[in-house]
Amino acid sequence: MKLSVLHTGSETLKVVKVERIVKETPDITTIYFPSVAEASPGQYLMVWIPGVDEVPMSLSTIGDPSGIAVRDVGEATHAISSLKKGDKMGLRGPFGNGYSIKGKRPFFVGGGTGIASLTPLAEEFVKRGVKPTFLIGARSRNQLLFKEKLTKLLKTGLVISTDDGSEGYDGYASDYAGGLMAKGEFDQVYICGPELMAAKVWADAEKVGLPVEASLERLCKCAVGLCGSCAIGPYRVCKDGPVFGSEVLREVAADFGKRRMDASGRIIRVDH
Amino acid sequence: MGGLSSISLAVDIAGLKLRSPTLNASGVLGMSAPLLKRVYDSGAGAVVTKSLGPQAKPGYINPTVVEVEGGFLNAMGLPNPSVNGYLGELQELNKEGVPVVASFFASTIEEFQSSAELLCGAGANALELNLSCPNVSGEPGMCAADPLSVKRVTSAIKDVAEVPVFVKLSPNVSDIADVAVAAEKGGADAITAGNTLKAIAIDIDFRCPILTNVTGGLSGPALKPVALRCVWEIAEVVKVPIIGCGGVSNWHDAVEYILAGASAVEIGTAVMNHGLEVYGKVNEGVAKYLKDNLFRSVNEIVGLAHRK
Repeated sequence: MKLSVLHTGSETLKVVKVERIVKETPDITTIYFPSVAEASPGQYLMVWIPGVDEVPMSLSTIGDPSGIAVRDVGEATHAISSLKKGDKMGLRGPFGNGYSIKGKRPFFVGGGTGIASLTPLAEEFVKRGVKPTFLIGARSRNQLLFKEKLTKLLKTGLVISTDDGSEGYDGYASDYAGGLMAKGEFDQVYICGPELMAAKVWADAEKVGLPVEASLERLCKCAVGLCGSCAIGPYRVCKDGPVFGSEVLREVAADFGKRRMDASGRIIRVDH
Repeated sequence: MGGLSSISLAVDIAGLKLRSPTLNASGVLGMSAPLLKRVYDSGAGAVVTKSLGPQAKPGYINPTVVEVEGGFLNAMGLPNPSVNGYLGELQELNKEGVPVVASFFASTIEEFQSSAELLCGAGANALELNLSCPNVSGEPGMCAADPLSVKRVTSAIKDVAEVPVFVKLSPNVSDIADVAVAAEKGGADAITAGNTLKAIAIDIDFRCPILTNVTGGLSGPALKPVALRCVWEIAEVVKVPIIGCGGVSNWHDAVEYILAGASAVEIGTAVMNHGLEVYGKVNEGVAKYLKDNLFRSVNEIVGLAHRK
């Protein structure tokens, strides 16, 4: 009789030492560390800083070393951003489904640190001989994440928008994306960024019949599909996601870009 | 002979009629109605809500869970949107025809009673009284170690509840059978045995406890023999139905619990590695066990291992 045992794989906590720190923008830092397990683009780790918090972070570099790009916005991200070479951090994962590789003419829309999870996907496409068009958006030019790295990878495939018009398209990435998608040059869209941006890009993609994969964010506590705090409709962002295709996005349209649960499970509005 | 369709998986727990003997354990997937509907669609006989308190609580800062050898620790800190904040979810489940066991806790008899009334009013099909969370030291309602308090709270809730009342007990006591007898004397319609086992995990690199709450509750396969023993001991001394809970991962575990005296089992941690399909798979396995051993219903084997 085969007994059921728990995996001692990705759920297990591992402690690693930071190998390298790269300041990407005034408030975004990439932390490099030894790979803890095989991972695919769109997957995330739970990063633990004792005494502070344990939070989900998408992998911005896959392989050895691996990397996470962190924007200093709160207590947990401040603690991670402040790590120095040789400091320790706890990791669980990788978790989540990740993106699937689809399409011959893919279009990426990344906003802010959302660019991080799409970058290894762009690298994977290029490895397979497909060069995506990648729109990266930020509030201002000095906040554009991975601009040099992606220029090297994609050349003219990289397009830029800034909310303040300091570089590239003058305005929101979501507005620019709508116009680009309407030209009919793409066959698949990948989105990661602020939810209001993601929901608008998805809605515009729907209008022109383009299939989408979007990486969503909800409050993630257990990361293994048990606690339900990250639910969007009947789906668990931590385990069924974080990447969802157009069909699921239609099913959760009442929530996507509109409402989510707070830490106590009360429904609040999505505000960014 | 007929196939599995001639086997009855239906059980009746103090008037709550279930199409199958599996439920989700409270705290697992219970924050919102759509996920609980998915648990039901996966084969559960009824669903159990997250434990609801009188006020909304955000729970503890992460880490709230950690994997250990053969099991899993959690100390979520009872995050919940409050009884009032959850009534809409109950109504939604009602509308979908999903039988719901509302798990709840409180600090005073008055709060317990008013919560019970609100939950019944919103359509809960049964109540599960959580007296046994090991992770909230400041909650006076977590009184499962004190038989007198268990009896008093149970009896007060029975005075107002219009649906069956299950009392969820703790394995963290010296004699769980004593507590079960007290719950039965208080009028409990069924006993859920039980909650998680108080435990700890320490990180040797940082040299500190991993969970923010320091200690947490052990669940998963490592808990099963302990919780199964609890069910066994309770079955020896009470007449009311028992719901087994602790480390059920497959049909074999479920059959053990039923033979020990449980009429149904709650499944939680197994969802991590077996997915939501675990409810349907356990049901199928139990049905096949019954058929292979020439039984026709779950009821025929409840407590059978106690036969002298």
